[in-house]
This record gives sequence, C-alpha cells and structure tokens, in this order.
Amino acid sequence: MTSLLELTDVTKTYGGVVANDAISLNVQQGSIVGLIGPNGSGKTTLFNAITGTIPIDSGSIRFKGQEISHCLTGDIARSGIIRTFQQPRIYKAMSARDNMLLSASVRTEPFAHLFGRSNREAHDRMGELLDFVGLADKQDELAGDLSFGQQKLLELAMALINDPEMLLLDEPTAGINPGLVGGLIDRLKTANKMRGLTLLVIEHNMPVIMDLAEHIYCLAHGRLLAHGAPDNVRQDARVLDAYLGAA
Amino acid sequence: MPDTLALTPTRLILIAAFLLCGVVAPLLAPAYQTQLTELLLFIVFALAWDLVGGQMGYNSFGNVLFVGVGMYVCVIVQVGLFYNVGLYTEARGGGTEFIFDEAQFLTGLAVGIPAAMLACILLAWALGSLVLTMRGHYFAICTLGLGIAAGQIAAGIPWIGAGSGMLTPNPPDALGDVGLLLYYLSLGLAVVCALTFAWLLSTRFGLALNAIRDDEDKAEAMGLNTHAVKVTAWVVAAAFLGMAGALYGNLVRFIDPLQTAFAGATIGVWMILMALLGGRGTLLGPIVGAIIFQITKELFWTYMLGWQRVALGILIVVVAVFFPYGIVGFFRERSKQKSRIAEERT
Repeated sequence: MTSLLELTDVTKTYGGVVANDAISLNVQQGSIVGLIGPNGSGKTTLFNAITGTIPIDSGSIRFKGQEISHCLTGDIARSGIIRTFQQPRIYKAMSARDNMLLSASVRTEPFAHLFGRSNREAHDRMGELLDFVGLADKQDELAGDLSFGQQKLLELAMALINDPEMLLLDEPTAGINPGLVGGLIDRLKTANKMRGLTLLVIEHNMPVIMDLAEHIYCLAHGRLLAHGAPDNVRQDARVLDAYLGAA
Repeated sequence: MPDTLALTPTRLILIAAFLLCGVVAPLLAPAYQTQLTELLLFIVFALAWDLVGGQMGYNSFGNVLFVGVGMYVCVIVQVGLFYNVGLYTEARGGGTEFIFDEAQFLTGLAVGIPAAMLACILLAWALGSLVLTMRGHYFAICTLGLGIAAGQIAAGIPWIGAGSGMLTPNPPDALGDVGLLLYYLSLGLAVVCALTFAWLLSTRFGLALNAIRDDEDKAEAMGLNTHAVKVTAWVVAAAFLGMAGALYGNLVRFIDPLQTAFAGATIGVWMILMALLGGRGTLLGPIVGAIIFQITKELFWTYMLGWQRVALGILIVVVAVFFPYGIVGFFRERSKQKSRIAEERT
C-alpha cells in the first residue's frame, strides 16, 4: 500500500497553548486509521489543519504526494479529502433530500453541471444512502428539524455521496442510536473494501474504533502518545494512563 | 428542486393571469402608466437583490451601483452613437443640434440596454472577485461604500454632466407614447428576470446559493466552488440591475448622480425593503413586496406629503417586528404550522 496522507511534525499553537506538537502520522491508501485521545488532546485541531480550516505553524501535510498545508479548504476537498464535523454541519434550511442532491459528486463535477438538475443516478444513490442511515422517510423534512443523531447520519450520507478518496470522520457514532452503530461500522468497512475509501476516524467509543481501525494513533495534550495496531494501543501503558485508564 | 418552485396547474394559471394583467394594465389605467412601469422595475430591483441577499445570504447595500452604472452607460450609448457626449451634456441635452429621430432613438435604446447589461456584468465580475471574499458585516459595509463612492465619482466627471446630471434623449413626437414602450420593455424585463431566477433556483445552482447562506464553510469543505457560485450570482443580479437602471433612467428622463443613479438612500434601501417586506429567500416574496411597497409608497407620497418618509420608516419597523420573514414567509410559516397541527391530530 502507498501512503495517501502523510503528516510530518505538524505544529499548531493558539497563543501559549500547543494544540498540536510536532505530530507525524501516516495513512496508507485504502486503510482505516483511528485517532483517539482525551478531550482537548488536539484531534479536531489536526482535522482542521488537514482540511485547511486553520493554518499550521510548521510541519508538512502531504496528500497523494502533494503538499497541501497551504491550500484552501475548497481545493483540499476537491483533491479528495472530505470531512464530517463533531457538531453536525448540514444545510439546515434545506430538506434532507436537497442536502444530499447538492452534495452528490459536487467536489469532482465541472462547475457548469450546477446549472442542471440532479440525474437519475444521484437520486438513486441518495435514496440508497438515506435508506441506509435510516432517514429514507425524512427526505422532505428540513435538515434543521432532524434530531442531533439524525443530523450526524445525514452529514455522513452527504460525505459518502460526494465520492471522497479519503474521509475524515469526527466522532461518527456520537449521538447515534446504538442500534444503528453496528450497521454504520459495516457500511464504512464495505465502502473501504469495495471502493478503496480511506478513512481517518476520531472516535471516543473504544469498542467501535478497536473494531473499525487497522491502525490507531493516540494523542494527549497535543502530542502523539502512541500508535500501532489496535491491540497494541489498547495495552499501551501510556494510553491506558492518559485515556483508557481514565475512562 | 424545492417544491415551492414546482409549476403546478394552479400556479400556471396564476402566472398567466398575472401576465395578462401586466399586458392590459397600462391600457386600462393609462394615468398610472409611469407608476406601473416603476413597479415592474422595482420588481427587478427586489428580485436581483434577493438573489444575492436572500437566497445566498450576502446582504448587499450597494446594488444601486449597478442601477446607476446601467443608467449612465445606456444614456451615454444612446447619445454617443449619434452625438458628442461632452457637447450634449454641456448643452444639457438642449439645442436644435441634439434632436433624435425615431430610428436614432430606438437604435439608442436597442444598443444602450444591452450595453448597460454588459458593462454591469464586467463590473460585477471584476468587483465580485474582490468583494465576495468578504463576509457578513464586512461585505455589507464594503458594498455600501461602493454605492456611495460611485455616486461621488459620477458627480465629479464633467463629461457625463458631473453634479448637474444628464438628460436622456428626448423621444421624437413621431414615436407616439414612449412611456408605453418603456412599460412593455420593463414588463418583458421583469418576466425574463423572474423566469431566469425561477430556472436558476430550480437547478443545483439554487441549492448551492442556499448552501452558502446556511453554512458557507461546510459548502467549501464539501468541495463546492463557493467563490464561483457567489460571483456568478452577483453577475447575474448585476446584469438585470443594469438593464433595469437603463430603463429607469429613460423613465425619469433626468439622471442625477446622487438622487437618481446612485440613490442609495432611496432606491438602494427600497430594493432591500421590498425583498424583506415580501419575504427574502423566496421567489414570490420580492414580487409581492414590490407591489405592496409601490402601492404604499404612492399612497404615502400622495396623502401624507411631508410625512411620507416617516410613514415609510414606520412601515419598515412594522415589517421588521411583525413580519420578520416577510408576508410570503409569514403565510408559509402559518401553513406549515397548520399542517403540523393536522398531522399531530391524526
């Protein structure tokens, strides 16, 4: 497998607070990588840095071999990285259907394609994905009227319909009906296997991330504490002390 | 596509009835021809403001810039095709040497209106590429400044009459009622504007506009080319404002740089008020708002002269307090509430 995303000594500070302290990580193409750590450990800051939402102070972020640390958010998304947010971000004044139809392949399609209506394929994929996340009967509802968990699911479906090469998921199971979590994990694994979708996942639900990820990075206080296979990280004394032990 | 834009039989009948009213209105009420023409242009102003301010959430206080530029470009072309513009403005349009025959007048309008549109497209593209990188209050204040600056610049250029303004060409008597021609041109423009916007809003471009309004950062994170969407919307709005400005200049016949062309305190504010009054972010809202605004404005100016601006101010306050979503938005919300109650009962 080749390296898809490579972070080298990424540092981000807010005044005197070091949110990310020389973080280096590597995500292989077609892999599922977990990012864990206690609250405030710098996981979401790292996502923001990767997606160009915030500029980094130093270090390097390479995607498909290209330096992207100085690229704009939109350019990074169009290059193939799509993310979801801890607090779901959807277009609240639009229906769930319109959220999906706008998101369908929007990162790859030519601008001129916006001046048309969604094709049959987009409608079919929308129906299939909304059905999968259990929102098929909510298509016509305003996205802002959906519950927190439903908004998270809608955001995930929006990301999937956008054909990303790499998906960054920020706590995808938080607030989700426990009955749906198993199916969600299966779906992500299927997308990974069938489409080669690469995943970098922040998750606090330990059983979920241990089941989903092939490789896990653990952050604490902005620093990389440990990384390796899930079983190794689970047994790492530093991780247990900083995170799992505290839980 | 939003359901509100679906062409149901009832809506088609209503549109046809509205068009029929538009066609016969100046014939049935010739005394109000000027006010009706103004109303049609106000509809274009309000729709164009709403495309950027309502649908996309970018509150522009400087759309009057394109009205003024359209007005000036059109009259410059109308005059410049046949006479020296500098001499014309120096003579304030008077003198026997500045007579326009039928062919000249019509040619001037036929070339001037598209020229106004083209100039506004180019200006909007150039300005939009810079201005639309700003958001929220910064964008609003910047556009306000653009409108004010344009008025001051125009008032300082002697070639176009400077602060003394500029007269549009005198229509030749042989042409008959030019007011009627302007009315039907304005009707055509309003219809084309409404249809263009209805089409735009029915496509994914309309969804992209709403997405930028709802969460621009999210739209960017999804890979939507938000800057291109914003500039395109701004350019489309400017194109219609430019043409409407061209017609408005010919309607009022005298272009004052601060009071007519770049009249931020009147036309600039009115177009926002009309969109808010009817319901921003809806296609029907600006049209309804323009109709109600024009009626109340005429009533205030007729029966409350001296206090007309106070009355207009009270209207603005009433709209802001009691109809924050506008009249169309108010009825839409009520309709939704009724549906919810009915659903809960069943």
